[in-house]
Amino acid sequence: MDWTLLIYKTLFLFLILLITLLVAMYSTYGERKVAAFMQDRRGPNRAGPFGLLQPLADGLKMFMKEEIIPLTANRYLFILGPSIAMTTALLTGVVIPWGATITIGGREFPMQIADLNIGILYVFAMVSIGVYGIMIGGWASNNKYALYGAIRAASQMISYELAMGMSIVALVLTTGSLSLHEIVEQQHGMHWNIFYQPLGFLIFLICAFAETNRAPFDLPECETELIGGYHTEYSSMKLGFYLFAEYINMFISSAVIATLYFGGYNMPFIDDIGLSANIVTILGTIFFFLKIFGFIFLFMWIRWTLPRFRYDQLMNLGWKGLIPLSIFNILATGIYYYFTELK
Amino acid sequence: MQALTNRSKVVSDKKMTFIEWIYIPAILKGMSITLRHFFKKKATISYPEQKREFSQVYRGQHVLKRDEEGRERCTACGLCAVACPAEAITMVAAERKPGEEHLYREEKYASIYEINMLRCIFCGDCEEACPKEAIFLTDRIVASEYKRAPFIYGKDILVEPLDLNLRVDVSARQTENVLKFKQNKRFAHNK
Repeated sequence: MDWTLLIYKTLFLFLILLITLLVAMYSTYGERKVAAFMQDRRGPNRAGPFGLLQPLADGLKMFMKEEIIPLTANRYLFILGPSIAMTTALLTGVVIPWGATITIGGREFPMQIADLNIGILYVFAMVSIGVYGIMIGGWASNNKYALYGAIRAASQMISYELAMGMSIVALVLTTGSLSLHEIVEQQHGMHWNIFYQPLGFLIFLICAFAETNRAPFDLPECETELIGGYHTEYSSMKLGFYLFAEYINMFISSAVIATLYFGGYNMPFIDDIGLSANIVTILGTIFFFLKIFGFIFLFMWIRWTLPRFRYDQLMNLGWKGLIPLSIFNILATGIYYYFTELK
Repeated sequence: MQALTNRSKVVSDKKMTFIEWIYIPAILKGMSITLRHFFKKKATISYPEQKREFSQVYRGQHVLKRDEEGRERCTACGLCAVACPAEAITMVAAERKPGEEHLYREEKYASIYEINMLRCIFCGDCEEACPKEAIFLTDRIVASEYKRAPFIYGKDILVEPLDLNLRVDVSARQTENVLKFKQNKRFAHNK
């Protein structure tokens, strides 16, 4: 047993967990600020300097709220729902390579919790289980609005997972690997996958919006018609878990997009500066997080720009638009590589 | 029909062009608009620190004036209560006892004078009806409260302080024209 590695991995795991929660926490703050700025308002600015303590106050509020479990609800599933949503959202971060390797005392420490050789599939599996969190919670509430929201969420996620998976197939054709670490290493320099798979990126991005239940695809929540959708009956920290899971998902989605299409922790021109390997790794991680924050901003930007889709529009876009497009993308990629045999 | 603004657009349900159909240029256009708003000057006025400029004749919280010698002007005639369309004013009249001449200007005064700030519509009719120049609306804002009871303002809040420096300035509302208007006997309440 390699104790150093075990301790390192454990510490790194907790660090990532902490960072994930912190980013999700401040995403709520960022979301409100972005929304406010786009609507010519100031946003939260009373709790602490620039309102920076607002997420803490919100969290405290969530804890202090009365915890209500409806009498007719299925008690166990009602509690299980948000737990699954939160757990799966956190589990996805395991395979993401947060940086290259750091060398301390001749030993190499990878900045990744687990380099699975089927990394992408693992992400998909976790995202798929995440649907159960919403479905179980919505069904167990024994409320028609919650059920509507849950059904919508399930059908939406299944529809968009297809297109998402197929856009990834085209990506895998270009990279020849399912391991996220491998994919990032291949994008060294400026060989980012966005330049090889622009259409695939667009499809993936749209599907990521749908998968995270963000506007303009936030039909499962749909405050105006479903009173909050699947979390209508939820209160206190169980509601907090659902909302928090959404922000964690947003963070992880941004990380996955940055990893798959925007070179992960790779920086352009990093080889030309001539810095030591460790500093390059740290700079790369910072750059990776900048990319992630950029995508989180994009998520919010889109949310506060576009109105919500109608349900038939959503299904039309998914089945008649994105899926044929992603099949075409696979074909085009396949034919291109068949004739050029690049990889 | 003449258009009310120059921003109106003719709507039609013609078939969408390819550019419109793929929707993405429209999204980018929308995003550029929201981004432009992102850097715009904010419309918010951070209230307790910054205050918005009031109109010269703003009608806010009432004040019961004292005269130059610090005596209450109100004689509890009840004209303000009669004029009040919201029936927000109530008062109890009392007789001035010997030795109280420094407190009240005339022989009769209001021992209780209450305005229900939740009923008041800040129309200024009380001020217009007052023959003694006693009640005025000022540019002060009625403070918010958690319960209903504190909104019934008594004399402790309404009467201005004795100290000459703390007197409430109503010169903006007590102009020459206003005084002239009050002396015009053609109006029923001035008779």
